[in-house]
Amino acid sequence: MKKLLLTASLVLAAATPLWAEGTKIGVITTLSGPAGYLGEQIRDGMKLGLEATGVPFELVVEDDGRDPNTGLQIADRMMNEEGIKLLTGIVFSNVAMAVVPEAMDLGALYVSPNAGPSPLAGAKCNANYFVVSWQNDSLHEAAGAAAKGRGYKTAVALAPNYQAGKDAIAGFSREFGGEVSEIYTGVDQSDFASEMAQIRDRAPDVVFQFHPGGQGIAFLKQYQQSGLLGAVPMVVAEPSFDAVILKAVGPAALGVIGTTHWGADFDNEASRQMLAAWSAAYPDKPLTNYGQQGYDTGLLIGSALQQVGGDADVDALRAALKEANFISTRGNFAFGPNQHPVQDWFVTEVVADEAGNPKSVTKGKIREQVGDVYAADCKM
Amino acid sequence: MRRETLALLAVFAVLALVPVLAELTGQTSWTRLVGQALIYGMAAASLNFILGYGGMISFGHATFFGIGGYVVGILYFHFDEGTRFLGIIPGTGQMLLTLPAAILVSGLAAALVGALSLRTGGVQFIMITLAFAQMFFFLFISLKTYGGEDGVMVRRTNSLPGLNMRDKATLYWVILVVAAGYYLFLRQLVRSSFGQIIAGIRQNERRMTAMGVATYRYKLAAFILSGMGAGLAGALMVNFLRFASPDMLHWTRSGELMVMVILGGVGTLAGPFVGAAALTIIETLLSRLTEHWMLPVGVLLLAVVLLSRGGLMALIARMTGGRGK
Amino acid sequence: MILLTEQLLNGLQYGVTLFLLAAGLTLIFGIMGVINLAHGAFYMAGAFAASWVAIQTGSFWGGLLAGLLVSGLIGVLVEVGVIRRLYARDHLDQVLATFALILILNQGTVLIFGRQPLFSSMPEIFSGSVEILPGLPYPVYRLFVIVVGLTVAAGLYLLINRTRIGMLVRAGATNREMVRALGVDIRRLYTTVFGLGALLAGLAGVMASPIVSVQVGMGDEIILATFVVVVIGGVGSVKGAFVAGLLLGLADTMLRAFLPSLLAQVMSGPEAQALGTGISSMGIYLMMAIVLLLRPRGLFAAQG
Repeated sequence: MKKLLLTASLVLAAATPLWAEGTKIGVITTLSGPAGYLGEQIRDGMKLGLEATGVPFELVVEDDGRDPNTGLQIADRMMNEEGIKLLTGIVFSNVAMAVVPEAMDLGALYVSPNAGPSPLAGAKCNANYFVVSWQNDSLHEAAGAAAKGRGYKTAVALAPNYQAGKDAIAGFSREFGGEVSEIYTGVDQSDFASEMAQIRDRAPDVVFQFHPGGQGIAFLKQYQQSGLLGAVPMVVAEPSFDAVILKAVGPAALGVIGTTHWGADFDNEASRQMLAAWSAAYPDKPLTNYGQQGYDTGLLIGSALQQVGGDADVDALRAALKEANFISTRGNFAFGPNQHPVQDWFVTEVVADEAGNPKSVTKGKIREQVGDVYAADCKM
Repeated sequence: MRRETLALLAVFAVLALVPVLAELTGQTSWTRLVGQALIYGMAAASLNFILGYGGMISFGHATFFGIGGYVVGILYFHFDEGTRFLGIIPGTGQMLLTLPAAILVSGLAAALVGALSLRTGGVQFIMITLAFAQMFFFLFISLKTYGGEDGVMVRRTNSLPGLNMRDKATLYWVILVVAAGYYLFLRQLVRSSFGQIIAGIRQNERRMTAMGVATYRYKLAAFILSGMGAGLAGALMVNFLRFASPDMLHWTRSGELMVMVILGGVGTLAGPFVGAAALTIIETLLSRLTEHWMLPVGVLLLAVVLLSRGGLMALIARMTGGRGK
Repeated sequence: MILLTEQLLNGLQYGVTLFLLAAGLTLIFGIMGVINLAHGAFYMAGAFAASWVAIQTGSFWGGLLAGLLVSGLIGVLVEVGVIRRLYARDHLDQVLATFALILILNQGTVLIFGRQPLFSSMPEIFSGSVEILPGLPYPVYRLFVIVVGLTVAAGLYLLINRTRIGMLVRAGATNREMVRALGVDIRRLYTTVFGLGALLAGLAGVMASPIVSVQVGMGDEIILATFVVVVIGGVGSVKGAFVAGLLLGLADTMLRAFLPSLLAQVMSGPEAQALGTGISSMGIYLMMAIVLLLRPRGLFAAQG
């Protein structure tokens, strides 16, 4: 039966141009729970990015609920039943670590718009696995470089007490070089009053904190409420001050120094086009870095599909993806040896716009054309 | 008795045909879906033994599920790296070693948790098992070597001599055989004199004590047996997913197992399997239809509680004329 | 000394929040015998309603009122629609039903408000800090939360000890069947208590909304700690919920604040930090385990 269907589709394929139907792209992402907006941004951005390249495509989107089981279940069906060869969309490292190996084993391609966990970046890298966003560590290294660039000597670094949090502090310290004292926070903690008191007590030059999503919102609010905002400068990496977070915390974010691979005020054609497309399609939602990552992923996938004419030949598609033949909204972009980005990092500052709402303004480049520390271990 | 045997054989045969049917219809992901339901069914059935038959409402059962899973993950990790766990125990990727190890370790954990928790009862027991579960959860997310909260990958499914475990259908059949074996084990267990005493304790602990039964010891033994079953299920799950992570131990996972038991039918042998299958399949099908799948799932669950007493098994029993059990 | 005082206040503030949540839960638990996993959803409802109304009207107080009304109303609806049918059932059915309610209420919130966290601010008069000790500025809003919590505690004390409804509540917590036998309109009493509990949870949500992130699922995170408070305090005892709430709030804050630096005396800094935080995350559960092993019915058991 399956063979019959296959033959039938081959006959069809021969009759019409291969990709007139639109290449099916499997999007496994997190749409439920507190982190639901991350997946929503990625999905919406990706759609616009693909549309911008003009290739016919069909997005098959499903919610993984941040559960590796569910993610794998969806991946299985997409690859085995719907014949999808190109997967993307995953927000969280734990889901990626379950799904990516399975996709690799089945010879499918995976293009990550967000998660870039270290176990998949080094010795276990794979020719079918691409990361468009960043490797997790490089986010925090940029923040360390920014703090160093401002001449700060002592820092208090705060992050949740799990691996990603510890990696964040390690990444920050690696580039910062100064004296860092750590404070680990609870995994579900939402009240940071006790930490605020400790920061005041230690009186550092600068505070670095990594708390994505809701925790980040709570942290910024309480930083202001405790009177530390304006007293001790804060440096954060991009997951801690995305546009949704800024909207939710309001004035409490003013003055925060951030580091990012892209900002809404970037002066390039691709970025302007994306902003125009976004505000036309989703006037009520701010565009975050997740949306931008989705958009760039869409551009990359679209450009590769365009180049080789659909996903009929996976080898050709892989080669086309590797070339990264697209103009990224962030400017410089290339894949390193482990197929993670080599890109520039920028310093931003949160200032008030005319209406008094916070917006992030790019202040300059802090690191140029850097990849990640795991690339050296990757033998492809 | 005869009828039951026939029914069991029929169910087993249908389940054994799942990979074949899935391949024939092109709906190949059903193999994975049913395999997952079987594993959750085992975990739920192990919980049901203490919860339904023994009246001990454990809210931390995912702990043993996760520990069993992590045993497989950690052994594979050391096997892969060529190192030793704690510098002593070498790693392995042999299922004939990892499954017993998982059962043993989760049994030890259950002995520890049970020995302390069973000093209380009622609501306090629910909460104290939850407390231990949380402590184990926090322990596992801080295991830096094994990936912390990101978890640890098991690149290759454990091997069994003579079988190609990389073949999905083969792995499914292995799971099915283990699940069927576990079902028969539970069936014997609840009918044994041990099972009778456990049920007696649930109905009236005081009377059992008066009869000279050392109830604490019996309850502890049941708790340990139940934890071992969950550990076995967790070990299979990690082989199935090729990935172990602290999600497996999260308290919501314990809640999910409990929901499966209640949905299927508390204190019935097949109930947990039915509940696990129903929940897994409903969630999967609904999430294909809508991003807001949680809403209809919630409404369905609510409807089942409000409209039927005794879960799906009771519904089935009513439809088949009261002979469902 | 300054640090200690500040941390004590922080612990107190967290403690009263836990108390507001636990007070309703312990009554529902003690009087109706219902395990309500969905209690956190009232906390979320209060926070969302208050933040949304505050954005629309620009008034925190309008938001406060809306938060109380909405959470209380949802509580009454849930009691009449669902919980009422579960009184005669065992705990397991209640677990399943209230788990289903969590799914429904969470996803309902997503449908109404979207997936993005809501902006929430505090009233102008509370936005600064006061110097309560020389060299120790403390946010006014957090002091306000403490005052509100303590006021509610006093109010509940009077309600329970001085009014007829309070008498019924006390009687119900001690002996459910007896109250029923006395011919009291038990249904109205139950609805009232459930609505009041939901309203208190909503108040906790309103109070927390300027401090934390107002997002879907915010109630699921705090519900575990709330259950711990209820069980340590003794099921059905509001006094127990108060004492246990403060105890846990203080213990949690103190552990997080001081344990890492204590450990740092004997081991290297980063390791002490990680271990200290790990132990303090387990802290409240460890406390519960110890309390239950020593006093299986909690500190202030209402039922004999």
